Amino acid sequence: MTPAPAFRRRRLLRGLAAVLLGLLPLAEARAQAPTLNVFNWTDYIDPAVVERFTRETGIQVRYDVFDSLETLEAKLLAGRSGYDIVVPTNEPSFSRLIAAGALQPIDRARVPNWANLDPALMKQLETSDPGNRHGAIYLWGTIGLAYNVGRVRELAPDAPRDSWRLLFDPAVARRLAPCGIVMMDSQIDVIPSVLRFLGLNVNSTAEADLRRVEQTLMGIRPHIRTFASGGAIELLASGQACLAFTYSGDAIQAADRAREAGRGVEIRYVAPKEGAQLWFDVLAIPRDAPNPAAAHRFIDFLLQPDVMAAITNAVHYPNAVPASKPLVEEAIKNDRNVYPSEEDFARFFTVTAVPQAAERARSRLWARFKAGR
Amino acid sequence: MRLRLPSGRTLVLALPFLWLGLFFLAPFLIVAKIALSEGALGIPPYAPLLRWTDEGVLTIVLNLGNLATLVSDSFYIEAYLRSLRVAAISGVLCLLIGYPMAYAIARAPEHRRNLLLMLVVLPFWTSFLLRVMAWIGLLADNGVVNNLLLGLGLVSQPVALLYTDFALYAGIVYCYLPFMVLPLYATLSKLDPVLLEAAADLGARPWRAFLTVTLPLSLPGIIAGFMLVFIPAVGEFVIPELLGGPGAQLIGRVLWTEFFQNRDWPMASALAVVLLLLLVLPIAWFQHVQGKGAR
Repeated sequence: MTPAPAFRRRRLLRGLAAVLLGLLPLAEARAQAPTLNVFNWTDYIDPAVVERFTRETGIQVRYDVFDSLETLEAKLLAGRSGYDIVVPTNEPSFSRLIAAGALQPIDRARVPNWANLDPALMKQLETSDPGNRHGAIYLWGTIGLAYNVGRVRELAPDAPRDSWRLLFDPAVARRLAPCGIVMMDSQIDVIPSVLRFLGLNVNSTAEADLRRVEQTLMGIRPHIRTFASGGAIELLASGQACLAFTYSGDAIQAADRAREAGRGVEIRYVAPKEGAQLWFDVLAIPRDAPNPAAAHRFIDFLLQPDVMAAITNAVHYPNAVPASKPLVEEAIKNDRNVYPSEEDFARFFTVTAVPQAAERARSRLWARFKAGR
Repeated sequence: MRLRLPSGRTLVLALPFLWLGLFFLAPFLIVAKIALSEGALGIPPYAPLLRWTDEGVLTIVLNLGNLATLVSDSFYIEAYLRSLRVAAISGVLCLLIGYPMAYAIARAPEHRRNLLLMLVVLPFWTSFLLRVMAWIGLLADNGVVNNLLLGLGLVSQPVALLYTDFALYAGIVYCYLPFMVLPLYATLSKLDPVLLEAAADLGARPWRAFLTVTLPLSLPGIIAGFMLVFIPAVGEFVIPELLGGPGAQLIGRVLWTEFFQNRDWPMASALAVVLLLLLVLPIAWFQHVQGKGAR
């Protein structure tokens, strides 16, 4: 009876080997058709653009999305993320990923369309990436306030609608509280704006400054209905919220959706006069990208004027390719909230990354603010 | 010398130990290692424990700073205590709701028991995340519950239900109730009805018989059910995140913040190690005491 188990085991092994061999051609086929792994923000591209890329190059695109910079950074810092293209925001993520050695320099010889990029905007990005070695601007925008025109006029007719006071002044916030105030659940976006509102250095790590930020936030805490991390688009469009701290593009999408719903909700965006934070989402290639050649081709493909115009038309964020502007829909092109005027631009500010200890102090502040004590 | 082959019993026992070693002990040691290392900017974002110096000497750098911060900073201690309290209250609520359910199932006619048990397990056929999201639809300002209340004229303004402690407990109790009902049912269905008849014969009223016979005999089920609810509820992240108010800074959220927002993997790992010890030590003690009692 003894040989039986051994025999059975051998048969099992042979079976397993057959199965594995059967899988081999499949793996080979996959290796032959080049694939590009893209990791981008949710709702942040025109799907037709991706299809066109595959049609023109034969490169299959595996498209994956994230909804927070934290998710993106954690994946890249763990190593071997498997992505060829990532789209971090300039601060704090892009600059930090460069410092950690997680991104590879872009070979501009392989990206002829780099010349299409707006030099003025790329110059702004140099605060995060000196020499623009690691990334090209994909889309950009500001952080400000979105409000429901009718409700705000009704509850606080004399409130300043072009200022951070609409949210950060407790007297105004108290009056708007009944119709719903939504705060973005993101310390990296909110704290610099509060510092700016208070007239302080937006990159401040001084304890006294952070205390003043905390006081300001605590002053309006009782009037905040929810903290939204996935964005306030739906809450604004459905009329469940009338004031939100939000990204410019989200506010514009909310305004569109409200118009489509046709229930008389009118949403407007404002980049407050005290100054609004400017951000850039950057096309970058991870150091350990499996297919950097395809990644370079994808960046070059995206930087064509007609491709960029299609993306801006779909997601309502401005791009950094000026030649695309004639192809952008009139309504979007003429919206000062999408394409700000020169004088607006002068009021915008960018931030730099803060050290880890300061980051923790800010996290604490944020936790206390959310808890309301 | 004769080589002795391991007996079948040893092999059978070795398998679960191998499993535990591979999928519990090894990951735990990795986490413990990260907890003792220092944060760094790089891939991965922490410094190695073992380093070769220039003279070729192997040095170990242990960083106990994270553990020291954990026990000295009230922020973390409060988060632990809040999590333990939420888990304990959830356990008690599950017990209060689950006990009558399990009792009723155990007493139901035999042909109907399987159907009732199926109904308890049925929610597992849908994704956990989806079921928690469904509660948002129920409790939102324009959700089912508020629309009903408004429609009946019981309230004039929507009641704030979502993002409150109520929503938090509703979510946890709803999700973990089957873990309470099943072990309770297992002990209650094994209970010999003759014991209750004897109690009745001796003059005990039903309530008295329950307290002196049924309840003590179902204690193992109560403890097992409570543990099955309590342990996962302590580290719960999804339910407080989706349903709880912004004030509910539970340890799961604090750990998330350390890992993702502060990118401090060593600190996050230290939090996880302490959480595990907080859970394992009482359970080990309980096992020890129970083992003695059984003997």
